[in-house]
Amino acid sequence: MSASALPDAVAPVPERVPLLSVRDLHVTYRSAAGVGVPAVRGVSFDLRSGETLGLAGESGCGKSTMAGALLRLLPRGTTVTGEVLLDGEDVLTMKPGRLRAVRWTEASIVFQGALHSLNPVQRIGRQLAEPVELHQPEMGGAELKLRVAELLEVVGLPARRAADYPHQLSGGQRQRVLIALALACNPSLLIADEPTTALDVMVQAQVLQLLEDLQRELGLAVIFITHDLSTLSSACRRLAVMYAGRIVEEGPSKDVFRDAAHPYTKALAAAFPVIGDPRFRRAPSGLGGDPPDPQHIPAGCSFHPRCPVAEPQCATVNVELWPAGPEHRAACVHVREGPR
Amino acid sequence: MTAPLLSVRDLHVRFSGRKGTVARAVDGVDLDVYPGEVLALVGESGCGKTTLARTILGLERPAQGEVHFKGQPLAYDTASLRRYRREVQMVFQDPSGALNPRQTIYEAVAEGLRIQKLHENEAALVADALSRSGLRPPERFMPLYPYEVSGGQRQRVVIAGAMVLRPELIVADEPVSSLDASVRGEILQLMLRLVQDTGVTILVVTHDLGLAWNIADRIAVMYLGRIVEQGTTEELLDDPRHPYTRALLSVVPEVERMTPQILQGETPDPTRIPPGCRFHPRCPLVTDGETERLGIEQRCQGEDPALQPIATAVAGSEHVAACHAVD
Repeated sequence: MSASALPDAVAPVPERVPLLSVRDLHVTYRSAAGVGVPAVRGVSFDLRSGETLGLAGESGCGKSTMAGALLRLLPRGTTVTGEVLLDGEDVLTMKPGRLRAVRWTEASIVFQGALHSLNPVQRIGRQLAEPVELHQPEMGGAELKLRVAELLEVVGLPARRAADYPHQLSGGQRQRVLIALALACNPSLLIADEPTTALDVMVQAQVLQLLEDLQRELGLAVIFITHDLSTLSSACRRLAVMYAGRIVEEGPSKDVFRDAAHPYTKALAAAFPVIGDPRFRRAPSGLGGDPPDPQHIPAGCSFHPRCPVAEPQCATVNVELWPAGPEHRAACVHVREGPR
Repeated sequence: MTAPLLSVRDLHVRFSGRKGTVARAVDGVDLDVYPGEVLALVGESGCGKTTLARTILGLERPAQGEVHFKGQPLAYDTASLRRYRREVQMVFQDPSGALNPRQTIYEAVAEGLRIQKLHENEAALVADALSRSGLRPPERFMPLYPYEVSGGQRQRVVIAGAMVLRPELIVADEPVSSLDASVRGEILQLMLRLVQDTGVTILVVTHDLGLAWNIADRIAVMYLGRIVEQGTTEELLDDPRHPYTRALLSVVPEVERMTPQILQGETPDPTRIPPGCRFHPRCPLVTDGETERLGIEQRCQGEDPALQPIATAVAGSEHVAACHAVD
C-alpha cells in the first residue's frame, strides 16, 4: 500500500498547537447503588499530529474509560469533567451534531473485542460505505465503490473482499476491516483500544505492522491502549502508564519501559521478560497485592500499599508528575527527592 | 538418563467436521516428559497444542499412537482414568470459568479428594494445598466464594485444587494468559516453587515464549499438529533453528537482536495440511529463495521432514528440528 491510496489524507503540518489536548479529565461512573465510582481521576496530556502515544495499565486502571471519554462514548449518567480539546475544540461541550461529525472525520476508535462489532448480515463493502455516504453525501455510486476498494487496500485486503460477509473473514482480517472502517472519513486521530489482544502472535504482529505503516504514511496520530507494555514500547514513541485512574509515569518509550522511574512501571516492565537475558531466566517477576477498588482508593500515593519502596509519608503525601529526565515525568516521591 | 514420566509415541488425533472434512489436529507427535522438569509446549492457536494436552490428560482418544504414563499405556475405562487423575492434574486458562461460583474455596479444593474418595484428613490436606499455593492463612480463604477474591487468587485456588492430590504431573494450559501482567509473575513464581518443593512435573501449554524463558527447562514448538523443534530453553531461544521458531521469536517485541519476520497469511488449517514440509507455503526460506540456493526446494515441497539432531550442536545436545535446511 502507499500513501497515495488515500489522496484526501493531509500530511501533518508542523504546528505548535497539539492535535489533542486533555486537561484534568475526571470520569465518574454511577454504581447500581447510586454511588459515584471514580474511574479517571485527573488526567492531562497532549498529542501532536502524527504522534503515537501508548497508554498502558492493567484492567481497571481507567485506560479504556479514558478512551471512551475522549469521544464521549460512555454510558448515560457518567460524569465527565475537564477539557478534551481536539484541534482546539472542546469535545465535552460540543453539540450532538458536531460531535457526530467529529467522531468520524477528526477522530475514530477501534475497540477492544471489536471482532463482534461488525454487522453479521451485511456485506463488508456496505459497512465501509455507510460512514462515507453519511459524511460525503455528494459522492456518487462509482466513486463510493472506488473509495471502499481503496480503504480495503489500505489495510492490506483485496478489494474483492467487499462482497464478503464478516463470517467469511478470519479474526485478523476482521480486525483489518475495523481499522479500514475507522479510517473511512480520513480522521487525523485513531484511538486503538486493545486492537490486537484477541489475535494470535503472528497475526498480532501483522496488525501492529499495519498500524505502524498507516501512522507513518497517512500521518495519523495514534493513541494505542493495551496492558501489554512491551508491545507499546516497540510501537509507540511515547508511553503513559496509568494506575488507579491517573497517569503515574510518562515519557519516551525506551526510557519508560527500560529505565522506569515509578516503582509500578518498574514492576510492570519486569513482568515482560527479555528472552535471552539471564536476569529473567527462571526468575519470573511479579507484584504482590491487587489494584485498588475504585470505590476505596488509598489516600496519598494510591500505589503505596503495593509499593516495594514505600515510606510512611507515601500514605499521606500528594503525588504529582515530577520531572524524571528529558520529557520524562513520574508521580513518585522518590523522583521528587532525586535518586536514592 | 532417567526414564520419562510421560511418553507420547506417534500420536494422531483427528476430528471429523461437516462435509466429511477431517482435521488432523495432532498429526504424528513423539514427546517425552521427564520427572521434575517444566516442559513448555509452544505454538499458535490451531497448532494442536491444546488437543495434545487434552489427549495426554485422557480427555481425547488418539486415532493412532499411545500415551504412556510411567511406562504403562493409558487405559480409558472409568476406573483407570480416575486412578490416572490422582497422578495427572490439569490447570486451565480461565480461573473464573474453572471454579463453580456457588462453591466455597474449601469445597473447590476438596473436590478432587472427594472424587478420589480420600476422606481422611480432608481439612488438613486442603489447608496444606492452599498454603502451598500462597493463600495464607488458609483458614481465611476457605469460607470465601470465588467472587470474593482477586483473579490472581482464583488461579491460586485452581492450582491448590490440582495440588491437593499430590499429583506427579500437572498439565497447565495457558495458566496466566487471562491474568494481568503484574499478577502473572506471581503465579509463575508459584509454579516454579511447587516444582522445587514437591518435585511435581509441569507440562505448560502456551503461546508465550517469554513465559518459557521464565520457567521452562525445555521447549517443544508445535506447528500444524507436529513438533517442529525441540531442545533446552537456552538452546531453542538462544539459537532457534527451525524457520518457524525463528519467526515466532522474531516478533516478540523485546527481541531486538532479530529482524521481525512477520509470516503472512492466517494460522493454517489442520483440515488441509500441505504436502511435503507442512510449513513450506509460509516458510521465509522458500520466499527469499534460500531453499532454491540450497537445492532443497523439491524436498521441501515433497518430503515430510522428521525431527533430526542439529548437526552443529554440542555433543550430548538434544536439540532437534524438522527442517530440510537444517540437516
